[in-house]
Amino acid sequence: MLSYIIKRTLWMIPLLIGISLISFFIMHLAPGDITNNEASFNPKTSAESRQKLRELYNLDKPVIVQYSLWMKRMVTLDFGNSFASHRKPVFWQTTDKDGNVTKGMIQEALPITLLINMIGLALTLVLAIPIGIIAARKHMRWQDQSITLFNFIGFSIPGFWLSLMLMYWLGVANNWLPISGIHSLNYESLSTFGKMKDLLSHLFMPVIIPSVTGLASITLFVKSGMLDVLHQDYITTARAKGLNENKVVYTHALRNALLPLITIVGLSIPGLIGGSVISEQIFAIPGMGKLFYGAVMARDFPVVMGILTIGSALTLIGNLIADIAYAWADPRVRRGVVRG
Amino acid sequence: MKKLAFLNNSLTNRNAKNGSVFLLIFLLTACGQPSQQTKQQDLNKTYPSQAGGTLIDAMLGEPSSLISMIAGEAPSSAITANIFNKLLKYNKNLDLEGELVTGWQVSADQKTITFKLKPNLKWADGKPLTSADVLWTWQAVTADKNGSPYASDFQLVKKAEAPDALTFSVTYSEPYAPALDSWAGLQVLPKHLLEGKDLHTTAFARKPVGSSYYQLDNWSTGENIKLSRNPSSVLGQANIDHLVSRIIPDTSAQFLELMAGNIDSMSLDPTQFSRIVPARPQLNEKLNLYKELGSGYTYMGFNLKHKPFDDVRVRQAINYAIDKQEIIDGVYLGLGINIASPYKPGTRWSNPDLQPYPYNPTKAKALLKEAGFVANSNGILERDGKPLTFEIITNQNKEREKSAVLIQRRLKSVGIDAKIRAIEWASFISRFIKTGDFDVVVLGWSLGLDPDQYSIWHSSQQGGDKFNFIGYGNPVVDKLLEQGRTELDPDKRQKIYHEFAKVLLEDSPVIYLSAGYGLSAIHKRVKGIANPIPPAGVGFESEKWYIPEPLRRNEMTAN
Repeated sequence: MLSYIIKRTLWMIPLLIGISLISFFIMHLAPGDITNNEASFNPKTSAESRQKLRELYNLDKPVIVQYSLWMKRMVTLDFGNSFASHRKPVFWQTTDKDGNVTKGMIQEALPITLLINMIGLALTLVLAIPIGIIAARKHMRWQDQSITLFNFIGFSIPGFWLSLMLMYWLGVANNWLPISGIHSLNYESLSTFGKMKDLLSHLFMPVIIPSVTGLASITLFVKSGMLDVLHQDYITTARAKGLNENKVVYTHALRNALLPLITIVGLSIPGLIGGSVISEQIFAIPGMGKLFYGAVMARDFPVVMGILTIGSALTLIGNLIADIAYAWADPRVRRGVVRG
Repeated sequence: MKKLAFLNNSLTNRNAKNGSVFLLIFLLTACGQPSQQTKQQDLNKTYPSQAGGTLIDAMLGEPSSLISMIAGEAPSSAITANIFNKLLKYNKNLDLEGELVTGWQVSADQKTITFKLKPNLKWADGKPLTSADVLWTWQAVTADKNGSPYASDFQLVKKAEAPDALTFSVTYSEPYAPALDSWAGLQVLPKHLLEGKDLHTTAFARKPVGSSYYQLDNWSTGENIKLSRNPSSVLGQANIDHLVSRIIPDTSAQFLELMAGNIDSMSLDPTQFSRIVPARPQLNEKLNLYKELGSGYTYMGFNLKHKPFDDVRVRQAINYAIDKQEIIDGVYLGLGINIASPYKPGTRWSNPDLQPYPYNPTKAKALLKEAGFVANSNGILERDGKPLTFEIITNQNKEREKSAVLIQRRLKSVGIDAKIRAIEWASFISRFIKTGDFDVVVLGWSLGLDPDQYSIWHSSQQGGDKFNFIGYGNPVVDKLLEQGRTELDPDKRQKIYHEFAKVLLEDSPVIYLSAGYGLSAIHKRVKGIANPIPPAGVGFESEKWYIPEPLRRNEMTAN
């Protein structure tokens, strides 16, 4: 088992290099660079200054040279500085000689996105598992059908539209929740309890909306897993020996039915750091999605590469964790892994 | 042009989702009525001017740096305009007057300008502000290593001197008419805090020290920037204590915040301005709407290097074939005007004798026939076997795309086949504009107050990364533009630019589609806004604005 984990981990290194190479080149396939933003399309600005900026950031060099410069920095885990945002460090804070701390862009954006996505994922699971079980137990009956209908509606409602509806209803028509942002303007002067309440009320809509719209797929996974298991012989046996139905479902069936969910959760780990662009944009949340979108639009290559690198490393780690957890949960897989 | 500097950018950068706000408002009016405010406020009463309170506005983007000569983007200038001062400013009627200076003198040969600073100027940290700071700022903006996008105006200064603490003089190698305008745009930075620092990385850019009405209080990345009154402001005291700019990247969300009364001002789009707000009494009750003509316009430009656009008859024909009023009414809901020169109507630079090309398809057809075009079997005009067909490209901007659709239909009716393509900004610029690989483009210019448009129309500014990407070259226009840059006498200069606009209209290298109004809403709790709007705009002298105590929000007493 241990050698398997080590082997998998070592395999991640060439994979990561390959991913970074491909992302770097794809990023450079998009036309334009940092000097092509809308602000620089101003007759008061000069072509020379744009050319100077390009030289400053080595954008005039061939892509392969730029890649090797980037790789050279990455070897020392230096994610570099943003082109567009006053050369802020991409990943982690730096301190200059006067003791001024400049926070890293990912360092600032990541916690808020992680918080929203983790609450969101937990909420989705908490809702999806019981709903999926009900749907499986009442298969083809009105409960199942109304759950399917609800899922389809949730799945097909455009997130931004639902967001705007709820923002209007909860924030404008009724003064129940804040509309956008993550803190009130007087946040600093609130008590600890007040701060928590303030944060939660700001996070309510950004968390609820993706959870509701994302509910459909997880519910379906739980339902179909459950249906598979409920038709297996050992369940029939359990029922035949007179076990109480709840025990059959929740003790014997559920554990096996939830196995595929491990893969889903493992695969959603990288999703935890990639915020939703649309919801962060609408709710004015300074998270990873907004950061990435802004960086792509501004052709801020160090930021784009920083987020892609961290994202792909996390994807690989997520896959690894999912495999290991699967092996831990399912003896059949475990035996296969050891043999392999 | 202080707090509301962001308003001018509203027309060029708009979000595609406003339509849905409109829709959802219809859907949701049934769901609930806005809750009554607990404290009854009479917004329409007159209140005496009083200090205090907080003004909250919203920005679409976040500044990258609070040194605007380096950042070069609208959010940065909007914030720093409250923190830093300039040597000169535009007054109510858009004439120049001193801001940090008591006056200035232009030498007899018109090459040297000498500024006299006001005495006893101080930075917010108590250190004196002298001509040494101005000289250092000029060195910083022109320094190669800083790569300021605005360097070109200041690089024309051959020699800059600060002979004593209150005198600053600049000498140009030849008279430069836009010089004074450029000094009204350069924010003076403190030498004692920035000397020897790299302007691209210095921490000063996130906690600046200025000299104007406000100083930075707190900047929460991605959330808001809070300013508070600078007690040692060199211009006296502003009324409002705190200015908060919230960063809300989505215009629909901004509008919802405005509806809920959480922000005091924002720029609106035509739909919000002329449909949503007037239709809702609750909004009408608490918002004042403002419209002012900006110094910008939307145009359709031809690639003059491509056939058949090198033929003036074709350009004029297309100009006659397009119904500009239809675009103004349909796309801008009437909130724009038809122009005949690249200057803001009503200003001295705009030639009142010029008339825009009327909509006249018959004349368009006649001109095309004269140019040798005849209809083929598909009803499309062709010359020498080549059909008159081209692609109109534009960036992803709702108004420009809609305008292109209306243009497409009008062109079709005179036998021209136009296709439309909307492209993301950076690709649009680098793939099409810079390479000159386009036929027709729909774009906009937002311009400054000085009439010099050398960088847009002069034949030396063609190609590469420059702004005459349509490839316009006319010796007469070149000559006029050169004269206009060196003529300091306003009346003679006015004649030059009137003549320039006339030649340009005749040549029709671009078709002026509309000069759109900048639209904004300000909450009625904000009093003291100049009425009627002076030529300098709604935001003129915003330091005199005040929020009477009974109308202030309950929150935000603390910071």
